[in-house]
Amino acid sequence: MAHSVDEVLAGLAEIVEEVAGIPASSVLMDKSFTDDLDVDSLSMVEVVVAAEEKFGCKIPDDDVKNLVTVGDAVNYIVKAAQ
Amino acid sequence: MGKIKDLVPQRHSRIYGVGGYRPERVVTNAEVCARIDSTDEWIRERSGIESRRWAGDHESVVDMAENAARKALAHAGISMDQIDAVIVATVTYPYQTPSAATELIRRLENPKAAAFDISAACAGFCYGVGMASDFVRGGSADYVLLVGVEKLTDFIDLDDRAGGFLFADGAGAVVIGPSDVPGIGPTVWGSDADNRDAILQKTSWLSFKKNTVHERKDFLWPDIQMVGQTVFRWAVWQMVPVANKALELAGLKANELDAFIPHQANMRIIDAMVKALDLPAELPVARDIRVSGNTSAASIPLAMEAMLESGEIPHGGSALLIGFGAGLVYAAQVVTLP
Repeated sequence: MAHSVDEVLAGLAEIVEEVAGIPASSVLMDKSFTDDLDVDSLSMVEVVVAAEEKFGCKIPDDDVKNLVTVGDAVNYIVKAAQ
Repeated sequence: MGKIKDLVPQRHSRIYGVGGYRPERVVTNAEVCARIDSTDEWIRERSGIESRRWAGDHESVVDMAENAARKALAHAGISMDQIDAVIVATVTYPYQTPSAATELIRRLENPKAAAFDISAACAGFCYGVGMASDFVRGGSADYVLLVGVEKLTDFIDLDDRAGGFLFADGAGAVVIGPSDVPGIGPTVWGSDADNRDAILQKTSWLSFKKNTVHERKDFLWPDIQMVGQTVFRWAVWQMVPVANKALELAGLKANELDAFIPHQANMRIIDAMVKALDLPAELPVARDIRVSGNTSAASIPLAMEAMLESGEIPHGGSALLIGFGAGLVYAAQVVTLP
């Protein structure tokens, strides 16, 4: 199912808030998961698995390391969920 | 055509006693951080570990196994001469052959018992429980001594930032024997060998043989390495259906359990599993990793013993066990606590 960038960003922000306790309002496209949002590697896995479920897409481990910013993840999910 | 006689028509199995051995030396996060670029806070956040035990030269795999086995036998009230078979689950006994189990039975003065080692890494204890239970139920043995033991510090790079804080040493043992009522539920076990590279000994022993003494600088000690994110993802989301299946086959609901004792891989894995399994909030969950680190095959019996000794869980209660690790391999079952 196709999702817009805004939909994915909003959904991902909710997930990050749920997993890592970071307010959804600070989950913005240019933020780095590690450096800005303090999402560590294991929390990132939890975010990815929740995102896969929510958006009905697959994000293999090999691709997760390339998702540096929130924007990287949003764009990946928009493409993968098409 | 002759008719083959079955030894035992039908009987059940249970765990009669548990015993653990924790190496003498407590290693704090501060001591680990002297070797790796890390902090106490970082290690606690990523793993939940506050301290672990590292074995010394006087605490070999079989030394630790022997100590745990003697405690388990005493707890069970079973003497070593009643033991028909001994299974040692380990991946860190530093001899290809003979097995650690044969050294153990010689020390325990029952050198005639059936004895062998199994290699199922962090799932080794639950693999062993399933096998021992089947030996008892099938009549191949009346009493089985099962030991999970690891001296992981011999086989990890203690200077590695990713694994140097995580792994540790120890041993845990149980005695399994016949029972009138089921005390060990069906074992759900299997592998996911497509993920075999997720936890791996990086070089073969043959690389040692191929190097002469003078060329030893090229030899890489065969440390065990792990891809943490892959293991985390697999352990949590692939193991939840396994744990649920073990409960279902045992005919129990989560609210009928008295304990959840998963392999102590990482507190974050334990927390995520508890959440994904939707266990009752008040159910005691093993969190022995806090003071033990990841002791692979030893972690479940060590945690079981500690929880029973503290009174956190009741003797005779029901516990869901699940082990998972290098292979990747897994096994789970519900047991009656000794």
